[in-house]
Amino acid sequence: MNLHEYQSKRLFARYGIPVPRGIPAETSDAAVAAAEELGGDLWVVKAQVHAGGRGKAGGVKLARNLDEVRQHAEGMLGIQLVTHQSGPEGLPVNVVYVEEGSSIDRELYLSMLVDREVSRVAFIASAAGGMDIEKVAAETPEKIFSVAIAPDAGLQDYQARQLAFGLGLDKKQIRQFGDLIKRLYKLYQECDASLVEVNPLITTADGDVMALDAKINIDGSALYRQPELVEMRDPSQEDDREREAAAHDLNYVSLDGDIACMVNGAGLAMATMDLIKLHGGEPANFLDVGGGATSERVAEAFKLILTNQNVSAILVNIFGGIVRCDLIAQGIITAVKDVGVQVPVVVRLEGTNVRKGRELLKDSGLDIIAARDLTDAAQKVVAAVG
Amino acid sequence: MSILVNKDSKIISQGITGNQGSFHTEQCIEYGTQVVAGCTPGRGGEECLGVPVFNTMRAAVAETGADVSMIYVPAPFAADAILEAAESGVKLVVCITEGIPVMDMVRVKSALRDHDCCLIGPNCPGIITPDECKIGIMPGFIHKKGRIGIVSRSGTLTYEAVYQTTQNGLGQSTCLGIGGDPVRGMNFIDCLELFEADPDTDGVLMVGEIGGTDEESAAEFIEANVSKPVVAYIAGVTAPPGKRMGHAGAIIAGGKGTAAAKFAALDGAGVTTVRSPAELGSKMQEILGD
Repeated sequence: MNLHEYQSKRLFARYGIPVPRGIPAETSDAAVAAAEELGGDLWVVKAQVHAGGRGKAGGVKLARNLDEVRQHAEGMLGIQLVTHQSGPEGLPVNVVYVEEGSSIDRELYLSMLVDREVSRVAFIASAAGGMDIEKVAAETPEKIFSVAIAPDAGLQDYQARQLAFGLGLDKKQIRQFGDLIKRLYKLYQECDASLVEVNPLITTADGDVMALDAKINIDGSALYRQPELVEMRDPSQEDDREREAAAHDLNYVSLDGDIACMVNGAGLAMATMDLIKLHGGEPANFLDVGGGATSERVAEAFKLILTNQNVSAILVNIFGGIVRCDLIAQGIITAVKDVGVQVPVVVRLEGTNVRKGRELLKDSGLDIIAARDLTDAAQKVVAAVG
Repeated sequence: MSILVNKDSKIISQGITGNQGSFHTEQCIEYGTQVVAGCTPGRGGEECLGVPVFNTMRAAVAETGADVSMIYVPAPFAADAILEAAESGVKLVVCITEGIPVMDMVRVKSALRDHDCCLIGPNCPGIITPDECKIGIMPGFIHKKGRIGIVSRSGTLTYEAVYQTTQNGLGQSTCLGIGGDPVRGMNFIDCLELFEADPDTDGVLMVGEIGGTDEESAAEFIEANVSKPVVAYIAGVTAPPGKRMGHAGAIIAGGKGTAAAKFAALDGAGVTTVRSPAELGSKMQEILGD
């Protein structure tokens, strides 16, 4: 689950991590009022969307007077902001964050995530802030500094110093930075974060260290113990179908192709998409109906798939382990009858009770194309699309 | 022979009295697995599926001499269950539970360094040595005793590989799913090392997926240490970056973990790769020449 910048900064502030003062606003009037309350003569109006790359997309603008604050807020609120991370449709801007202007001396990069190679939380820092960090990592890896934290010992002072010296900070800043990352580490653990990114972390003209941006993602598996963070969820930033799927315990990811697939198990679901592609088709989605798929869940999955107008054929691929193929077949039959599926459906069943499942499909009188195996299924569904 | 588990393995089922736990433990017993006890705090002294239930793992191990634990307890309590098992002295812990918070697993993984104990999973189908011992949720009937070791990050995709090697007669020595989470116990390298040393394993099928760099590390390991044929497949060529594909660990993040990079690493290390999961079994058969 992702948090907005203004939500992330509120958490930062609570943990004593220095951030500029700011106020979120849902209307241009509120944005102007926020700027007045903040005072000063320079503000930044920032579109609140769950995607990076806002600056280049016109989602971050400087305002030198209240008219400009209003103008920028009006220009952002209500639009779909398209950034290089948002997807072609963009994300709706329902909130802008009005922030006091900061005098920037240097822009640095700082993030935290679990380093899978060592199974530990790691800090990654770079003096090349405000840039695309993936590009920095690929082209100039020597500019990236990283430390991994032993969970029992915690973050050590020497680790903070390694990063701080790497960033070229001065004596006062090294102290501030050490304090800041200790607070970040505490936040990361207590909030069950899966990613914290500060891009940029800045040194101000006064020589202080400050988080100018803030991005926090929360581990979806830990939401049960983070009720306050769950309240911050913004459904408007999520794909409608993915949200609908989650409500039915289905794992769904939208893709651009026209062949929908419904599979049990995440690995097999990915493999099925790959097979469609390998045989010349384009998958319309990833959909894992899970290990405990029931006929109801299969019916819900069909409904979900068909809300995508691009779908011109469906491939159902089930390897019944715990799931019985006859129950899945029943679900498919019910769904095809109830939902009124107008596109070709190719079904490949294997595993527990497969014979009974295949018979049910055959005897249903419905126009379902049976496939013998994985390859046959992929070929048939690609052929069905033409 | 086989790796990690065989007909002599004695198993305790943690969470045996729960819905999932009792359903799957029953299937394991039917398969012939020696389940000797269950463990559910507060239910000690009861009997479940014909075996005694204990309050603590320490008591269960002391009483039964079990050497393996399989875990079905719900995610919020699973990290605790893993550490309790490790402390009790079992040599292998198989954690089926899905959805354990990553920070919990970071702490578990670190604490496990103090114990002489292997962890398989979490979020995995388990491990099976056909005709001897099934620990987990995989359908037993698709397996056949034989010569191929199978290691995979996925569940149902493992079943595909199993089924193909059953159909073509190669059969399996031991199959295990190491799980779809970013922080987990045993990894490809640990399993490859065991398969290489197992005299009854003639070849290994390795099924990876997007996310992380474990397949890349495995490629290096294979090139230096594995003499037996390895056939590998990576799921997720079509997965878009930044999207979590079901498994918590199956995500292309920060430009890392793409299927293309993993295929390239494996090909570069001289591993035989297949672009279609339907060819895992046939490719292995071709290599072994029968």
